[in-house]
Amino acid sequence: MNHWIIAPVILPAMLAPLIGFVMRHDISLARAASVTGTIFLAAISVGLLILATSGETHVYKLGDWEAPYGIVLVLDRLSALMVFLTSLLALIVLIHAIATGWDNRGRHFHALFQFQLMGICGAFLTGDVFNLFVFFEVLLIASYGLMIHSGGKARLQAGLQYVVINLAGSTLFLFALGTLYATTGTLNIAHLAVRLAEIPVEDAALVRVATMLLMIVFAVKAALFPVQFWLPGTYANAPAPVAALFAIMTKVGAYAILRVHTLAFGPEIAATEGVAGSWLFPAAIVTIAIGAVGVLGARRLMPLIAFSVVGSMGTLMIAISAFTPEATTAALYYLVHSTFAAAALFLIADLVVTRREVDGLAAMPVTQQNGLFAALFFAAAIGMAGMPPLSGFLGKLFVLDVMRDPAELPWAWTAILAGSLFTIVGFARAGSVLFWKSTATPAAVLAGDEVAAPMPPAARPMELAPSMAALALLVLLSLLAGPAAGYLERTSAQLFDRAGYVGAVLGTDLEG
Amino acid sequence: MELVVASSVAALTAGGVYLILRMRAFAVIVGLALLSYAVNVFIFASGRLVVNEPPILDKYGDGIYTDPLPQALVLTAIVISFGMTAVLVMIALGSYLESGDDRIDLDGPRTDAEDGAQ
Repeated sequence: MNHWIIAPVILPAMLAPLIGFVMRHDISLARAASVTGTIFLAAISVGLLILATSGETHVYKLGDWEAPYGIVLVLDRLSALMVFLTSLLALIVLIHAIATGWDNRGRHFHALFQFQLMGICGAFLTGDVFNLFVFFEVLLIASYGLMIHSGGKARLQAGLQYVVINLAGSTLFLFALGTLYATTGTLNIAHLAVRLAEIPVEDAALVRVATMLLMIVFAVKAALFPVQFWLPGTYANAPAPVAALFAIMTKVGAYAILRVHTLAFGPEIAATEGVAGSWLFPAAIVTIAIGAVGVLGARRLMPLIAFSVVGSMGTLMIAISAFTPEATTAALYYLVHSTFAAAALFLIADLVVTRREVDGLAAMPVTQQNGLFAALFFAAAIGMAGMPPLSGFLGKLFVLDVMRDPAELPWAWTAILAGSLFTIVGFARAGSVLFWKSTATPAAVLAGDEVAAPMPPAARPMELAPSMAALALLVLLSLLAGPAAGYLERTSAQLFDRAGYVGAVLGTDLEG
Repeated sequence: MELVVASSVAALTAGGVYLILRMRAFAVIVGLALLSYAVNVFIFASGRLVVNEPPILDKYGDGIYTDPLPQALVLTAIVISFGMTAVLVMIALGSYLESGDDRIDLDGPRTDAEDGAQ
């Protein structure tokens, strides 16, 4: 038993109260601790990634209780990848928040940030659905605090809405778990896989209800139609660095669907066969449409980006809904890409919006470094919309390539291609209004009175570095697309090797 | 017994859903509290309803017993929902004091002019 597996949960969990109680009066101390902790988290996640590369499924038994009785953490390629993704994103977002001073505009940013990381890492590592619920609550309660960080009317109202929808979602999660426990008598994912395989199709009605309930809960997190409506309001009104961190939160929902609905309610299980995929696919198509229309219709920059996130979740879910190893490889590649693309967009938008003080899509007096911001924004927008040369293009191509089922091909291809076109138009409009039309205005402003407000300061290298790092990761992901796809192929092969997972966790084979 | 438990879960859920749909902060908070009561009773019932039996197996493992696991699950669920309700009350209070309005939906009071100016 390798104790490093629980380190991504323990480290932030220990650090957060320490920052919250001991360092709350000294922001520089809290910053130092938070950055150090996140760097350590990144180092640990690299170690776990290397550990998982061998293809073995590592099981961590909490309190050394045997699997169906105690709670287990499971480290395989997928969970190691997701933890790595989280720590990398967290480091980028944290540096941005510190450099731009967002963390000092309210209290307890760093403590909440660490609790958020604890919840996300735990959700990726756990092998028990009730434990998954608990980690969901940890990450949610931290996200409530981060969402309303630094306050303000619009933010608090949006925050209240976000809390209410997620509390309703949590209740639904508990209903699903109750139903599942009543029908199978277990909540361990591996044990569920064994028990569900024994349930004959005639008695599967309640299990199917539980499957659908769980999927709705995860769909709320993943912002899938018809429960996507909380996302634009939340992301648009959250502090921008928090919105960038939330890019991984939608992926928690996607990961949960991928994990639970391949392993426990897998394609080979008669009782729940095809339940998830048949509903996910149309929902994903509609989600892309909503994202595309939202991007076209948005009148402010932050909602525009939020809607593009909705669209990207739709594309991701199309690939996931196929529930085949090939499609999952494509989904994972797109997942990694869209996480960093969304984060880069939010961080760059933050730099622009803070300097303009409003985020309406209208021509404004030009700010310093207009050309640099324009270049960064367009690079991130290209990534998000899925145009070459960045990894979004490869990701979407990958998804299109695996959707070859004649029944699904026309819908999937039309939705993804049309959605991309709308997104490109929306971003091009936003960018040209914000950056190109704005260059015309300063003369008029200068001709006016001399006491006009001073220009906001130019962005320091530290403020630009995080967004550039996120963009650099997109470039890296497209340059190393071959090795990355190879790794992801092995990841999804391991995910679909249900017997291997069950054997590692329970110590028995799937039939036993 | 089953009828009483099932109908109480149904009544609590129906009341909770109705109150959440009122879209006003106080009603929504009470509605979510009702929903969490409903789900707690529901989880209790998921271990099968047994009265006056110990939560352990007897020596031979053939006697009637109550399933102890749902009780542990309910305890966790109660603690979490209690904490969440407290957070929700604080955020709702903050939102009400800040905006002078206890609506949950964002679309109502905000006009297009406000939207554009933000």
